[in-house]
Amino acid sequence: MGARAARRVDGVTVTGAPAGVRSSARIAARGDGRGGTALPVLESEGSFALRRTRAVAAAEARVMLVGAMSGPLGGDHFTVEAHADEGARLHVGSVAATLALPGQAKGEARYDVRLTVADGARLDWLPEQLISAGGSELRVTTRADLAPGARLVLREEQVLGRTGEEPGRLTSRLTVHHAGRPLLDQELACGPGAPGGWDGPAVLAGHRALGQLVVVRPEFGTDRPAAAVLDEAGTAALTPLAGPAVLVTAVAPDALRLRRTLDAALLRLA
Amino acid sequence: MTRAALLVLADGRFPAGGHAHSGGAEAAVKAGRITGAAGLEEFCRGRLHTSGAVSAALAAAAALGVDPVALDGAADARTPSAALRVAARKLGRQLMRAARTTWPHPELDALARQFPKGAHQPVVLGLAARAAGLGPEDAAYCSAYEGVSGPATAVVRLLSLDPFDATGVLARLAPEVDLVVRDAVDAARRAVDLGVDALPAGSAPLLEIGAEAHAAWPVRLFAS
Repeated sequence: MGARAARRVDGVTVTGAPAGVRSSARIAARGDGRGGTALPVLESEGSFALRRTRAVAAAEARVMLVGAMSGPLGGDHFTVEAHADEGARLHVGSVAATLALPGQAKGEARYDVRLTVADGARLDWLPEQLISAGGSELRVTTRADLAPGARLVLREEQVLGRTGEEPGRLTSRLTVHHAGRPLLDQELACGPGAPGGWDGPAVLAGHRALGQLVVVRPEFGTDRPAAAVLDEAGTAALTPLAGPAVLVTAVAPDALRLRRTLDAALLRLA
Repeated sequence: MTRAALLVLADGRFPAGGHAHSGGAEAAVKAGRITGAAGLEEFCRGRLHTSGAVSAALAAAAALGVDPVALDGAADARTPSAALRVAARKLGRQLMRAARTTWPHPELDALARQFPKGAHQPVVLGLAARAAGLGPEDAAYCSAYEGVSGPATAVVRLLSLDPFDATGVLARLAPEVDLVVRDAVDAARRAVDLGVDALPAGSAPLLEIGAEAHAAWPVRLFAS
């Protein structure tokens, strides 16, 4: 906290790092042998704090990611790791949306998420939205490595600009590997300086919120839901992937309507 | 090797069935997102830099000799829409038939045996280019260009757009096709050493969603 505060007060970078803040959070969960989930690792530094909260289900451990400072700002590098090991049922959320902002340090900010889920374990990765504020530059990578018998629910939502604001530059890649093979690999690049056509009729067509919901279950290997369009306007669809998983893709005018669509899709899959 | 083989492979009359597909343009026209030449241009530009760039890199990598089975898996992961995976395999199968007759090659035979229902079209395209003695850049050009010329031709039929206007769109996109091809070949070369994760993964949400809607229509002019 002190580093960021010093930077703010002085208006110059006075941290030990050459540019930006490095923040990390690491969570490891495993079955406690009594039907619950233990959290042997719960570590954070920089702008992150982790809080264990009351679980909704008995077998589950619930962790909230708290952003103790704003950002990421230009030049910052955030890393979050969550590992659901054998027997774990881990639910990770965040207390607030992440707001990418322009910083005094030059260059883009980076936010890397690394998830692993073991056989028989389950991870619910349900953070709040990522908002790309005007003038910000952020590159996000999310990678999940799943064992053959892993279960995953993963939600990603991006909001391009605060209300009435032009978005910043955002590049977000989501990669899911299942049993060592690629299951899903998607990258979206948008905002000023992104390759052309990102706001055109093939990609976003003026929508300012977009989201993906990935649900991986071993049962989907034999019995997957059929593809379906989820709304009248044709802005959300569910599709089976080439593996034991489905993906919901949605675009919306704003974050609220996007969340409604993804929540409805999650209920439909329950 | 003969450069003219590129013209044979890229020719719209090459009997590979591409004319039956609109590349998502039919769904975009129906949704009111393409109403004329300007909308077509933005549609093609967005497609070129997302799924077009992915296809071009897959084709270039196949032409370089990257394992086509791994490339087919990478294509699956980059094509979340089930309807688009079906279309890509159908097109791959048709292209395979034409290519095996035109440029017989043991690698084409092996891929056809591995994927009797068809491998992803860009993978087959890259291998066909290889069989024809062409290089990764040729394969990427072929893929990137047909990724925009297909929708342009389709929109001429769907909207009765002036063919001169559609061709003008393609000409204006040419410098961006050059850039996409350059990046695709760079990525394909990285994939030789680093594996298929090094390939681009650009996605276009409305193409993915539109493809599922389109596949459910009872009557349509194009297959995808």
